[in-house]
Amino acid sequence: MLTKRIIPCLDVRDGRVVKGLNFAGIHDVADPVEMARFYNEAGADELVFYDITASYEQRALFTDILRRVAAEIFIPLTVGGGIRTLDDFDRVLKCGADKVSVNSGAIARPELIAEAAQRYGDQCVVLSMDVKRVGGSFHIFAKGGREDTGLDALEWAEFGVKSGAGELVVNSIDTDGVKGGFDLEMLDAIAARVDVPIIASGGAGRMEDFAELFRHPGIDAGLAASIFHFRQVLLPDLKRYLRSEGVEVRI
Amino acid sequence: MIAIIDYGVGNLFSLSSSLSYLGLDNYVTADADQLRAADRLILPGVGAFGDAARKLREAGLFDVVRAAAEAGKPLLGICLGMQLLFDKSYEYGEHQGLGLIPGSVEALRPDLADDTLKVPHIGWNRLQILRDDPIFRYFPDEGYVYYVHSFYAKNCWENTLAVSDYSLPVTGVVRSGSVYGMQFHPEKSGAAGLALLRAFAEI
Repeated sequence: MLTKRIIPCLDVRDGRVVKGLNFAGIHDVADPVEMARFYNEAGADELVFYDITASYEQRALFTDILRRVAAEIFIPLTVGGGIRTLDDFDRVLKCGADKVSVNSGAIARPELIAEAAQRYGDQCVVLSMDVKRVGGSFHIFAKGGREDTGLDALEWAEFGVKSGAGELVVNSIDTDGVKGGFDLEMLDAIAARVDVPIIASGGAGRMEDFAELFRHPGIDAGLAASIFHFRQVLLPDLKRYLRSEGVEVRI
Repeated sequence: MIAIIDYGVGNLFSLSSSLSYLGLDNYVTADADQLRAADRLILPGVGAFGDAARKLREAGLFDVVRAAAEAGKPLLGICLGMQLLFDKSYEYGEHQGLGLIPGSVEALRPDLADDTLKVPHIGWNRLQILRDDPIFRYFPDEGYVYYVHSFYAKNCWENTLAVSDYSLPVTGVVRSGSVYGMQFHPEKSGAAGLALLRAFAEI
């Protein structure tokens, strides 16, 4: 059977890995190539790189890092951040990305999902969404979680998959950085609406949070950053623990 | 020297990098003479079968690949490249493949015994070796490989070396003579995948 995937996420700015707490108070962690090597050896099933730089010069720095990672790390690489056009897809795919994650770019121009899926295949297009509770429903937030778009998260997920997104990264702003566990209520609600793999993000604090996550059959992967970067959870320990809990993982 | 066949389907950076990482000389080419000059060929591919088969034909490489395989030159088809080795595919219509391995490529969804499973079959799955072969020389016990596909090869049991379980045995590795096919991506399957590529270079 397919294994549940554990995915460390690296936010890269100015050629360095950073991690925010509730998207604010970013502080530096390490060199992205070094980090990628470390995670690959530790048994990461996939790596996600988000380019959180703004300027054109820094974009070139990011693609250079991507190229260096892809030249020596042979597991799936997903790249996101600042993806707004098919040219952006092209730019990162040529540097060794396997999948491209769109977020704000798809909110600004929803046709981007279908266009990219048509050109590169559904398997290449990942729709990443930042979700927060507003009143009694789940809304899609833009601009790193600062702006309520008013879009209903369940409808947006369904639209994204119909347009050709092959996977969803679903990040809960409510639980992100809190380390109190994944947002299972929200994740289940989205999983019930779509039939593509769902990568859960936001809230992992302990190994038990992943075991709890994978008791929900609609969830395929767990993504986290700081608990891995700061070695609060070590991947080999996490995988052995999950296997002892009856979760199929790659060891 | 390994030639990676470039017929405009997919991204060959990782595949080429993985061979270089193993210290294996390789080049990416669409040139028939360069393909003839290589010791072994890799046929990659992502996307739809019909489109890829047409591109391979239009590049004038369909017969070049077939002739090389028939002459005994080691050939490795990866993902859609593996599917192209078969007689035909039923992905959006009916399309002719290279016909180097008997069998057909059909949709995974209707054959799944467990219809709650997701399609595409995306992720890491354990490779179960059914028949020992030199291609598994360096492969670890309990090795996992990375799949991304919605169609799979069937009616090819005689030529199947390894499968992965997805409520049915999904054809993972096939072989006919010096022609090999892998449904998963060895260039994305970590150390286990590199072990297969290394063995292919010694076939």
